[in-house]
Amino acid sequence: MNGAQIVVAGLSGLIFGFGLALSGMLDPARVRGFLDVFGAWDPSLAFVLGGAVAAASIGVWLSRRLPRPAFDQSFHLPKSRTIDGKLVAGAAIFGVGWGMAGLCPGPAVASITLGVPATLLFLAAMLAGMAIHDRATIRFFHRDQPIRG
Amino acid sequence: MTLAPYLPSLFGGIAIGLAASLMMVLNGRVAGVSGILSGLWRRTEAGPAANVAFVIGLVLGPSLYALVYGRLPEISVVASTPMLVIAGLLVGYGTRLGSGCTSGHGVVGLARLSPRSIVAVAVFLATAIGTVAIMRFAGAS
Repeated sequence: MNGAQIVVAGLSGLIFGFGLALSGMLDPARVRGFLDVFGAWDPSLAFVLGGAVAAASIGVWLSRRLPRPAFDQSFHLPKSRTIDGKLVAGAAIFGVGWGMAGLCPGPAVASITLGVPATLLFLAAMLAGMAIHDRATIRFFHRDQPIRG
Repeated sequence: MTLAPYLPSLFGGIAIGLAASLMMVLNGRVAGVSGILSGLWRRTEAGPAANVAFVIGLVLGPSLYALVYGRLPEISVVASTPMLVIAGLLVGYGTRLGSGCTSGHGVVGLARLSPRSIVAVAVFLATAIGTVAIMRFAGAS
């Protein structure tokens, strides 16, 4: 880990959080409106996802033409292509929570700045849910080694 | 349909995608928020410093927005307190079990055309839309 990587990560987080604020993704009511396909559907978040995937594709395209990233020896990208029960069950559970609250991890963290108690409560519960998963995984599946990835 | 009301969403999305591109090209890593958050406590070979920096940046992002636009974004929370707690636990557990959320699978995974991410996005969109539909018809919020 070098200084340049830390600066890049901080800058990336800042632009990410700015984008979330600009896009409307911080507003649980808007997110629920987007997911309310059978009710009063608000399509605006489709533009968020579309714009984000298009802009991220530039990075993906570039990275596939580079021997290594600018500030590291190699790429650290997921290599698995296996679609297993954990992936599907995890995504399904996440979706239920996302629909209930209209919040997902990025907006939950970025809205700390807004000081709304309800989103802080959600964030605390979310971190607890993550920690429960990670601790359980260490205990039952990876007794001898830390989880990597 | 006029496009104008959707431009902030589009530009916000582009900013999110550019942030992900920076992480990909410069650091060689996926800008996935659930993975980065768990990197605050998991032991990884690279250590937590970059994850801490990303999270600090993410928290400051809305302040940068306020600096540019002169106000913080206004939000309204739609779920009750017990629902928020249950939803938070489900989002936290589910994103770790499924190895990603809206950013890791939704933005970066789709841009990489990862088959795992395409399946994950289809599944979480389906259960999220289903959940909102059930709540609508059950009259819950």
